[in-house]
Amino acid sequence: MYAIEAKGLVKQFDGFRAVDGVDLKVPRGSIYGILGPNGAGKTTMLRTLLGIIDPDEGERVLLGSDRPITQSRNVGYLPEERGLYQSMRAVDTIAFMGALRGLSLKDSAEKGRMLLEEAGLGYAADRQIRQLSKGMAQTVQLMGTIVHDPKLIVLDEPFSGLDALNQAKLEKMIRAQASKGVTVIFSTHVIAHAERLCERIAIIAKGRVSFDGLVSEARDRLRPQVHLETETVDGPWRSALPADTKAEGNWWHFTLPTSGVEPLLTALVEGKAGIKSLSIERPGLHDAFVAIAGESVAAEMDEPVAGELL
Amino acid sequence: MKEIIRAAFVIARRDFTAIIYSKAFIFFLLGPFFPVLVGIAAGSLGGQIAREAAQPVVGLAMTQADSQKLIAARDTLAVNMGDHYFTEMKIVGDPAKDGARNPQDYLKKKEDNLSVVVTGTLARPVVTGTKRSVDRERADIELLAASALNPGALKLPDATADIVAETANNDKQLRTVTAQGGQILVFFLTMLLAGMVLSNLVEEKANKIIEILAASIPMESVFLGKLLAMLGMALLGIAVWTSVALIGIAILGPNLPSYPTPAVGWPVFVGLCFTYFIMAYLMLGALFLGIGAMAATVREVQTISMPVTMAQLINFFFASYALTKTGQPIEVFATVFPFSSPFAMIGRAALEPTLWHHGVAIVGQIFFAILLLRVGVYLFKKNVMKSGSAGRVKDNGKRKLFGLITVKG
Repeated sequence: MYAIEAKGLVKQFDGFRAVDGVDLKVPRGSIYGILGPNGAGKTTMLRTLLGIIDPDEGERVLLGSDRPITQSRNVGYLPEERGLYQSMRAVDTIAFMGALRGLSLKDSAEKGRMLLEEAGLGYAADRQIRQLSKGMAQTVQLMGTIVHDPKLIVLDEPFSGLDALNQAKLEKMIRAQASKGVTVIFSTHVIAHAERLCERIAIIAKGRVSFDGLVSEARDRLRPQVHLETETVDGPWRSALPADTKAEGNWWHFTLPTSGVEPLLTALVEGKAGIKSLSIERPGLHDAFVAIAGESVAAEMDEPVAGELL
Repeated sequence: MKEIIRAAFVIARRDFTAIIYSKAFIFFLLGPFFPVLVGIAAGSLGGQIAREAAQPVVGLAMTQADSQKLIAARDTLAVNMGDHYFTEMKIVGDPAKDGARNPQDYLKKKEDNLSVVVTGTLARPVVTGTKRSVDRERADIELLAASALNPGALKLPDATADIVAETANNDKQLRTVTAQGGQILVFFLTMLLAGMVLSNLVEEKANKIIEILAASIPMESVFLGKLLAMLGMALLGIAVWTSVALIGIAILGPNLPSYPTPAVGWPVFVGLCFTYFIMAYLMLGALFLGIGAMAATVREVQTISMPVTMAQLINFFFASYALTKTGQPIEVFATVFPFSSPFAMIGRAALEPTLWHHGVAIVGQIFFAILLLRVGVYLFKKNVMKSGSAGRVKDNGKRKLFGLITVKG
């Protein structure tokens, strides 16, 4: 079963195709990352999936319904552009967001106080939002996103603007929700977050999804890299090295041959290369991203905004 | 539908609470008193100026005997005609003593403030002055001269007064005054509130809350909730203003002008005015919400709100004009055209006793308000919530104002 399914989704503004034929399947209970540079169409895609805006073409099914707004009680959404009523108290803000999702104000306020206590912000429950720091206000909004115990949580660039401590807290919260069986989808332009948290990812650029699957599948698209250090720099063993080998002094870097590492090791030993070190490195998500999305798109990624950590 | 209403009340409750606890609400409550105070101040000042301004005087430069007879005739007739009916008179010369003088010499004396000078005799008076002054005074002077020549000959009979409240002859004319009063009241209330709805939604967009709302509940609920909140605030305001007005009436009651009874009677008329106020507000509010939802910036809202306000003023004047054309095609059009319908129907309530017209009009207005709301939601979903490169200024420096008109930067 999928929490979200999209097929041929298109959304255009004034002739610009912000989302250009997106196919997507997000399994229930997974942590799913949507990776792409700024302007790739991540936010528009999420808004379209959630029913905030309607697609021009294509179909979307959210928690089994093709009318996403009918499932809003089961969804928690943290938009990229954070917004709160500045004169509202923290606890009232959470209560209001819970009431929007169908809770009674009383229950929502009680739950809000509990969540704030758990987050160590119980002392700020009765303060107005304008009296809170930016990080605290973001935490309040996050509490408002989960106060109604949603089955699906959608976070648009949730790490943006958070310091290291709050990023770690957010990662912990995401894992905690996922452990309860909640599906968590978040968009990011920082690959490291997706690599740490996600089982599955979608890579999006220029409104198109170029990869949708397990992180391991993305990484498996690239062969592991071998880094070899030898005592000698020449000898008959050199002919055993693959054609794509790059030499740096007595260091040799090359893609692991499809035949595996054993024939190579035999050739190195018999050729008296004198192996000082040998490591086989599985490609990271960044390498996979470069391979899938291209160098130019990858260059736009991982550029943290001021104050943002990888 | 149930969910739309439930969610609308969540929004309405939040907005209503936020509004009535804000400083702006105090100004909203005081708002209608400012024009009243300014009106009272201006009226009082105008009266003072009028009183202090030198009143024109008719100068008499006839023989002493003729002048005194003329003044005596003025005093006699003033008993019946009222003291202010005739212009004040003053003897400024006597040809027997001063010799024959050019009447224009008297008019040049600033301290006397003469509008005309009367020379000649009672049988053949000569009135000298500007054409306007002479036209105004000549008939009165002729009347007074005739009376002065035959004192006691002109006897005015004492008519007995038999007062009735209304007559069929002038009912319509008088009720038009009532209709206009109702129209003006509803128009100003509507404009005040619709503008506030617009500001509220723009503020929501500036706060960036709108996306959370749009993701959580149907946009219909957001729009409806905001309309209800403002309506609640308006009703609270009306309650306060009515209380103050009742206190004012209790204090000033006998001195206040009375309005002619409307054709449907006062209770029904007040009820219909109230209903049409709600309808006018819902329609204009829904229109403003649609505009506010489509606008990307406060500047865009300011750009469009002025023409919309002007259009609404024209609409109001149109409905006022139609008042005088009851039953004619233009008045029928004013009652059918949604934006002018509430005002035109207030006019009908004042002038015509038929009630079923109002039922039809109110149903039509409700339908149109819902239609406007849905169109606003549709345009919001179609044109708003553009993020990143999609919604911002394009490479060629152009973008679409309200998603409709291409503008630079």
